[in-house]
Amino acid sequence: MALSTQPVEQRGPPGTVPDLLDLKLVFVTGKGGTGKTTVAAALAQLAALHGKRVLLCEGDGKGDVASLFETAPTDFDAREVAPGVFAMSMDTEASLREYLKLNLRIPVVGRIGPLAKAFDFVATAAPGVREILTVGKFCYEVRERHYDLVIVDAPATGHIIGQLAAPQVINDLVKVGLIRSQTHWMLDILSDPAITGLVAVTTPEEMPVLETLELAEKVVKETTVRLSAVVVNRVLPELFGRSEEEIFELLRQPELTETLSVRAGGDVEPLMEGARLAVTMRRTRAAHLERLRQGLGTSVPIFYLPYLFTRFHGLRTTRQVAASLGEELGF
Amino acid sequence: MSAERARGKPAGRGASRRRHAATPPPAATPRRPREGSLDGLFAAKEIVIVCGPGGVGKTTTAAALAAQAACHHGGKVLVLTIDPAKRLADALGLSGIGNTERRIPNEVFSDAGVNPRGELWAAMLDAQQSWDELVRRHAPDAETKKQILANPLYRNISGRFVQSHDYIAMERLYEIHSEGDYDLIVVDTPPTRNALDFLDAPQRMADFFSSRLLRWLIVPYRSRLVNFASKPFYQIADRILGTQFLADISEFFILFQSMYDGFVERAESVTRLLSDRRTTFMVVSTLEPTPMREAEFFARELVQRDLHLGAIVLNKVLPDYFGDPAAAKVAQTMHERAPELAEDLPTDAGQTARVLEEVSESFLNFSVVARREAEQQAELATSPEVLATVPFFDADIYDMGGLLRLGDKIWA
Repeated sequence: MALSTQPVEQRGPPGTVPDLLDLKLVFVTGKGGTGKTTVAAALAQLAALHGKRVLLCEGDGKGDVASLFETAPTDFDAREVAPGVFAMSMDTEASLREYLKLNLRIPVVGRIGPLAKAFDFVATAAPGVREILTVGKFCYEVRERHYDLVIVDAPATGHIIGQLAAPQVINDLVKVGLIRSQTHWMLDILSDPAITGLVAVTTPEEMPVLETLELAEKVVKETTVRLSAVVVNRVLPELFGRSEEEIFELLRQPELTETLSVRAGGDVEPLMEGARLAVTMRRTRAAHLERLRQGLGTSVPIFYLPYLFTRFHGLRTTRQVAASLGEELGF
Repeated sequence: MSAERARGKPAGRGASRRRHAATPPPAATPRRPREGSLDGLFAAKEIVIVCGPGGVGKTTTAAALAAQAACHHGGKVLVLTIDPAKRLADALGLSGIGNTERRIPNEVFSDAGVNPRGELWAAMLDAQQSWDELVRRHAPDAETKKQILANPLYRNISGRFVQSHDYIAMERLYEIHSEGDYDLIVVDTPPTRNALDFLDAPQRMADFFSSRLLRWLIVPYRSRLVNFASKPFYQIADRILGTQFLADISEFFILFQSMYDGFVERAESVTRLLSDRRTTFMVVSTLEPTPMREAEFFARELVQRDLHLGAIVLNKVLPDYFGDPAAAKVAQTMHERAPELAEDLPTDAGQTARVLEEVSESFLNFSVVARREAEQQAELATSPEVLATVPFFDADIYDMGGLLRLGDKIWA
């Protein structure tokens, strides 16, 4: 893999990283399966608990945000799903409708059917058009100060760059026209590290870590957005200190395991095996975390969230993750 | 001799028995005993499309099963990975697998202590290169070819935007399959926003080129004649995108139109190949709630579309003992009476008690997850003939040895 061994160099002087919750626009991305939607929801919940009015935007319309707050499915019009947390899901047609209404003062009543189709078409063909409608909506909400903080449950690591780079792409390809004239203020918002930040969610596993490091490089090279933080999700607990681990190894010897089984009234072998698995998994993962830390260098803060031994994911987990995140951010 | 070898290749492409997508979707498949094995499935098919939500180990599973097929069935097996994150090379211990297929050297296998009967080949989709090849193939003349390849819109569409991966992935599969070089092709699908995007991609591409809207876009550039129906569209498009950009788009499409016939025909062939009975789909997931929900949706959708759902593979499943009630009871006892259990052992009693508390606590924690997973597994709505589970590996898979160990667990 073509990863440089140098830590990521970000623009801007070091030590000026604003706190996550002081930003105005936060994109949360991550490799599939790392829990980026949960982290986005938890961040929104945490900000709301600290008195902020938060807009949480779901980018891919899978409906996960609704289940994380135990509410009805979200749509383009934001709705309060928890005190202070407003949720919406991105819809390019609705975004276009809003855009036309605001910018051209075209009265768009009812369905804009053929026009939307035509635009869908142009958007499929012309690079950046769909992305600009999406990113434009987020930037618009920031510019209009409807909320204190806009959090985007953004596309996965493989797709996020295309979205964040859209204003530049449009800038390069489109020479005149309304869209072109609007890329400037979007770029102003996206390029200001005090306003906009990207949060990458990963797990302490090999591939997610590698993808996060790849992303960190690409963000610097291809976009103007700052990588504000990396959140490591599902960190397994440390079971033993060093001397305890020595004792554990002794206890795993057949005679002692046998003694323990007699005393506990049943076979303790599965318990020992389970603990060994947990210890090995934690150790393998520690190596990946080390690689992550070295790759990111000191310019990107890393926050850690514990593995949750829970049943299903819903408001309960959202609140638990928000609490852990709050501790990590120093609240 | 394997069934695959004995059957041989069909004489010609037209001879293949096709199941057309037009046939009505069958009712949901009733639950039936899962008797098949991946061994059997892979021996009977020519194309295995590995799909599922992101982050569940699709790439690794695809590579592991392709390696098994090369070892057990012989012949030439290709694993085609389309993931833009380019991970197959890592798992195979090869760096820089390119758009063209490369054979995994025998040493990679012999280092892992295996002497495969067949050959394992690997290729990784380079979207840009594949698009360029497509243009070279379909462009009517050298001049058009040059203009398309140099067009700024073309470079952006083909390289940067992920949707184009979906189409090109299926296109590349078709291309390789129709060259007839491989007995089996295992395809690792791109991570899509919607796991079904790649299934629709060929049809979308065909629709795109035959669309009335495309003609609208092209007309004004050619003749500047604007008809009544399309006038409002131009007015708005002009104001938003600017005339120049529209002209650029038009030029691009006029160039692309010259490849229309080739493209549409191609897209239709690709769609046919996906529903051919030599093709099967394998859904990979973990038992975590979100991936599981996506995987179930995907499995249902495949059945609905009359595509062959050959297997479901569940990755990273916790060991059975975590779900054992007897063991959980022992863990509870240990947790409650740790100091007592730690007495009179040749180790420090206080520390030992802490260790036992941790051991039992950890067990009880994992057993919550294991029981939820077991229930989810039992509830799997769509049941293909093969349901395989891969245990949680405590170490990473980073070489052929690891891939083979993983494959062994689920193969037979």
